[in-house]
Amino acid sequence: MNTGKLKRNEQEKPDKRKILSALICARLLFQKASSKSRLFLFSIFAGLICAGCRGSQSALDAGGIQSERLENLWWIFFYICATVYLIVMAILLTALFRTKKADAQTAAEIAPNPEREKRISNSVKVAVAVSLIALFALMITSFRTGRAINTLAQSPDALSIKIKGHQWWWEVEYEDPTPSNNVTTANEIHIPVGRPIKLELESNDVIHSFWLPNLHGKKDLVPNYPTTFYFQADKAGTYSGQCAEYCGYQHAKMRFIVVAEAPEDFDKWINAQRQSSAVPATDLQKRGQEIFLTSVCTQCHTIQGTIAGGKVGPNLTHIASQQYIAAGSLQNTREHLENWVTDPQKIKPGIRMPMNNYSKEDLEALIEYLENLK
Amino acid sequence: MNKDNEEKIKEEKDRKQSRLITPETIEAERRELEKTWFEPRGIIGWFSNTNHKTIGLRIICTAFVFFLLGGILALLMRLQLTRPENNVLGPDLYNQFFTTHGTTMMFLFAVPVMEGMGIYLVPLMVGTRNVAFPRMNALGYYVYLIGGILLYVGLILNVGPDAGWFAYVPLSGPEFSPGKRIDLWSQMVSLTEIAALIGAVEIITTVFKQRAPGMSLNRIPLFVWAQVVTAFMIIFAMPAVMLASSLLSMDRMMNISTHFFNQAEGGDPILWQHLFWFFGHPEVYIIFIPATGFVSMIITTFARRKTFGYTALVLTMIATGFIGFGVWVHHMFATPLPQLGQSIFTASSMLIVIPNAVQLFCWLATLWAGRWNLKTPLIFVLGFFAIFVMGGLTGVMLASVPLNLQLHDTFFVVAHFHYVLIGGAVFPLFGAIYFWFPKFTGKLLSEKAGIVNFILLFVGFNLVFFPMHILGLNGMPRRVYTYIPETGWANLNVLATIGAGVMGLGALVFIGNVLYSLKRGAIAGENPWGADTLEWSVSSPPPEYNFQYIPVVQGRHAIWEKTEDAAVVTGLSVKLRETLSTTIQDAVPEHKNQLAGPTIIPFLMSLVIGGVFIGFIFTPWAMPVGLTASFIVLFIWFWSNSTSHRPFTHGKIQEDAKKEDGAPPAQLKPTEANV
Repeated sequence: MNTGKLKRNEQEKPDKRKILSALICARLLFQKASSKSRLFLFSIFAGLICAGCRGSQSALDAGGIQSERLENLWWIFFYICATVYLIVMAILLTALFRTKKADAQTAAEIAPNPEREKRISNSVKVAVAVSLIALFALMITSFRTGRAINTLAQSPDALSIKIKGHQWWWEVEYEDPTPSNNVTTANEIHIPVGRPIKLELESNDVIHSFWLPNLHGKKDLVPNYPTTFYFQADKAGTYSGQCAEYCGYQHAKMRFIVVAEAPEDFDKWINAQRQSSAVPATDLQKRGQEIFLTSVCTQCHTIQGTIAGGKVGPNLTHIASQQYIAAGSLQNTREHLENWVTDPQKIKPGIRMPMNNYSKEDLEALIEYLENLK
Repeated sequence: MNKDNEEKIKEEKDRKQSRLITPETIEAERRELEKTWFEPRGIIGWFSNTNHKTIGLRIICTAFVFFLLGGILALLMRLQLTRPENNVLGPDLYNQFFTTHGTTMMFLFAVPVMEGMGIYLVPLMVGTRNVAFPRMNALGYYVYLIGGILLYVGLILNVGPDAGWFAYVPLSGPEFSPGKRIDLWSQMVSLTEIAALIGAVEIITTVFKQRAPGMSLNRIPLFVWAQVVTAFMIIFAMPAVMLASSLLSMDRMMNISTHFFNQAEGGDPILWQHLFWFFGHPEVYIIFIPATGFVSMIITTFARRKTFGYTALVLTMIATGFIGFGVWVHHMFATPLPQLGQSIFTASSMLIVIPNAVQLFCWLATLWAGRWNLKTPLIFVLGFFAIFVMGGLTGVMLASVPLNLQLHDTFFVVAHFHYVLIGGAVFPLFGAIYFWFPKFTGKLLSEKAGIVNFILLFVGFNLVFFPMHILGLNGMPRRVYTYIPETGWANLNVLATIGAGVMGLGALVFIGNVLYSLKRGAIAGENPWGADTLEWSVSSPPPEYNFQYIPVVQGRHAIWEKTEDAAVVTGLSVKLRETLSTTIQDAVPEHKNQLAGPTIIPFLMSLVIGGVFIGFIFTPWAMPVGLTASFIVLFIWFWSNSTSHRPFTHGKIQEDAKKEDGAPPAQLKPTEANV
């Protein structure tokens, strides 16, 4: 259901507002509607929910086989639960309209008509039986989906990627039999479409949770509990995800993106990432490199091909090729980069990166250098 | 038995032998009882009070204050989330606020308010004069109050906890949360859980040993059953979290530095999650089951008929109590735990739906077959159905491992548990307040304001929390202090914030209604709703001693099934704080039990306990010093023990009581007793 083309968020913004107002109306009507028209309204309403739940970070906009199974399971649960809800509300409303009115003085019925009690008792039994069956059906469906999403784990040709959770960013490592071909990057995971991906998850500090709703559910990264996580993208596109386990101060800005691309594009990308950092071409860039290498930056960051080899923060070898900075929470533009380098505490308070007091010229040179690290 | 008591008893025997039963003697006895049960006034008197109604009301009011504080925090959080990249609070305050909000609502509001209602109502409903251990009851209140004040003093001093109400290690451990914030939290948890355990002991003992004659187990009001099941759950669940939080505070204490949860030294962060959720999930039922008690009582009274499926309702509560301890792993489906084990917890989490479904259908059946007196309490119960059922159904979704992998720790879960807890506990609680307020105060709450209150809360609630389902499916995780504009979550968040404002208005209307009705409310009388349980057979508010003559119960619906010539218990002393002890199953009188009177010792004890736990934040020496101090206070406590038991030798009901004390026959009609 609803597995059409991926929409970009930007395109979606205008019609979101319409959906929203429709949603409010639907909700208000829904609360006031009689039981008959409720069913009708409810189907519109359900439609609105799925319309609202699309985008690059949505559990109901599947981009792969895993999340498609999860999405189907969701809709099965949704329709069964919605039906149960409607029935219960219908009974309640009917009771509200058909029962006789009373007041505090009305004599209470202590010995009700046994025949009537028997009839009611039978209805209750039937209702319990029906709910039992429904529950059982849901449980079996859930188990079947659970098994199905685990089949991917058996695939032998899965691409293995190491993900390490840090407070508050993701370290991404592509291992290769040839050590010099190892690629380390951060917060941006490129994957080939149609090939199972095996993530090896571990945490560097506290518990994080890797959540990529369009492609699969989530998995916790618990210190000392290395674990694996399989998924596959069947549609090319950029998907976003973020940490789902509260991990402290900047939990909100511990995001990442996954770029699913055709295998050829992926090969091109990984080959580019294997290269050493770009050599500064202009004088300004050279000056920028000098500033980088002689300041505190090197204590935390690595730029391959230079003396900068810090391991505390993200690897910056190909920083200019990335779509986002600040762990997926700031688009990688020149202006953002400038602000980030000058005062990261303003954008993401509490992180380890300090404020930097560069002169205007120095800053320009530094940004020029970083922008060149394609 | 001390000398004083013996003299008093002798004096009373003489008096009884010489007395005739007339309206005058009844009135004289009533005056005597009033004197005996008089609670001291003044500041010292305030801290010495041991009456269950006073303590119960204090717990309810205190819990309500914390509810408002937690609600204000929630409003501020909603303001922060209104727009992407908003800067009203910033991460530090937001994290402190959501932690304090959760902690407040769970530890300082929901559990205490339910226990407070129990402590007030249970002795009245089972027909006794006070809870079984009045001094310990008072102790519980003060310890709870100290715990609550500790949390909020911390928040004001900017040392509010910021690791979530679940305080997962290693984030809450010494390495990632230096400072005292988490220590404050863990000591607060221990303090409030001591209070909860005390309440549980009170309720179990009172219900099992002090019921009025005739109230056999199968005649106990459903609310009392709910309280008993909850109390047993508290006794099994709370120690787990107290243990966990104590281990955590030892892990964090510099001079002790145990490594229970430190993975680098062989400890285990997952162990914390097991211990916490072994408490944390039953906690939900600890909050919800008393609320089902409210619902049962309100439905019975306002549908004007006997409860459909009494036995089924009792059994479902007990079943929920048991199964509730077997579902905790569904909070941990995303952790690296083995698949098969998780499936078992899916099954148990779905299993718990069954007793709840049975319960739901029994209530629907009662409503279906009844005649409705549609007043605010019942309206709130209807709101409960509309909200709670949806929360229950999203709970079924969360029980499924695969779905849980998507929904866990997102706003969908935030929506789910607010539907369960506000729908399942707060709406019935409001209903219960509208229902019992006349009993507490003697004044009726305004019906009109009540309906406005309901509409604001109901509409506001759905505006806040319904969009959160969609937000969660749309990828918004919980506990984020902000989000980036690209996510497109802004519109639904605006809606939620508006809803929060509407709910806030609803709360204000409620406060206004309470204040207005206290002054100008209509006089309620004994039984304004025509209800069926014993608390409605005494004046509103009830006298300090509850019942001048403890009634003999003739059926499940004590008032509705009372015959004209119903017997009452006589022979209890009017000079001593005596009440009747009965057998567990059939409530056959066993002996008279003298209850403790007012004393300030529980307050002193609470200061010592509070001192120990707060001191332990700073130094381990607090433990030995506190142990010595508590020994001294306990010594005084037990030394001053004036409680004594007197065998109720021939003991059945009033005729036998007459023989023993030589009192004249007392076939009192209840109306006469109130002359």
